[in-house]
Amino acid sequence: MRIKIIIFFIILNFNIVDAETFSIDSNKIFKNLRCLICQGQSIADSNSGFAQTIKLVVKDQIRDGKSEKEIYDFLIEKYGEWIVYKPPLNKVNFLLWLLPYLVFVTGGAIIFLLLKKRYNR
Amino acid sequence: MQKKIIKIFILLLFVFVIGVFFISLNKNSIYDTQGLVGQKITEIRLDHFSKNKTITEEDLSKNNFTLINFWASWCGPCRDEHPILLRLNKEKNLQLLGVNVKDKKNHALEFLNDLGDPYDELAQDELGKHSVDFGIYGVPESILINKDLIIIKKFIGPISNNDYEYIKNIVRK
Repeated sequence: MRIKIIIFFIILNFNIVDAETFSIDSNKIFKNLRCLICQGQSIADSNSGFAQTIKLVVKDQIRDGKSEKEIYDFLIEKYGEWIVYKPPLNKVNFLLWLLPYLVFVTGGAIIFLLLKKRYNR
Repeated sequence: MQKKIIKIFILLLFVFVIGVFFISLNKNSIYDTQGLVGQKITEIRLDHFSKNKTITEEDLSKNNFTLINFWASWCGPCRDEHPILLRLNKEKNLQLLGVNVKDKKNHALEFLNDLGDPYDELAQDELGKHSVDFGIYGVPESILINKDLIIIKKFIGPISNNDYEYIKNIVRK
């Protein structure tokens, strides 16, 4: 009986791992990929030959157990960062990512200083 | 003092915004994969068109230079570049690897019978999935690589006469 229970949990564990592997939402990935042929559309929206091919490749990679990040990395390696709508943070675009926070903090500091000055008067 | 800091901050922000616009507007917004030039091609797995074998990087590293040409019989511009490929086939230092993409075998054979076969080796990529490994997003596209499998140049669209001269100069050096 004990062995049966152990085997049951081992099989259950495999199924959970398998389910996690396939739980990557391919549509989410398609929506974050730019169609290079019809640049106004995502891979999810486009019916071009290129989009069809990329969909097949992404599905294959999900089936092979690749993570979302690995799939993006592979496509960025092949087509450059232009292929993703949400590019990863790197030394070229770090300002783009940091600037809103920087403006927010600096703006907050300026408002704080102005209010403090007015209050002190 | 505070007013001065605010003024400097606003000025810097203004300069930054103008700078970003200036750089962005002067940048070429037409996408291509020229960024792949200088990269090494790895993990090549191409099914041979007629033989039961897989073409790998080992096969390509035997050649001094290889021009990998992605084409299809249904592609008009592929017909335009075909005479140039036939001329390139005469170059001793250059091997031509054709990759027939998303095509029917009989149509591809008909195309080669009609226009001539410039390829030393021919592979097929029925679904176009292997072409993704080369950063291909349309046909025709060609990649010139050396013995070390480093990409020397990518040709997006049909090979022109200027491209022919460029390839000829590189392989004859």
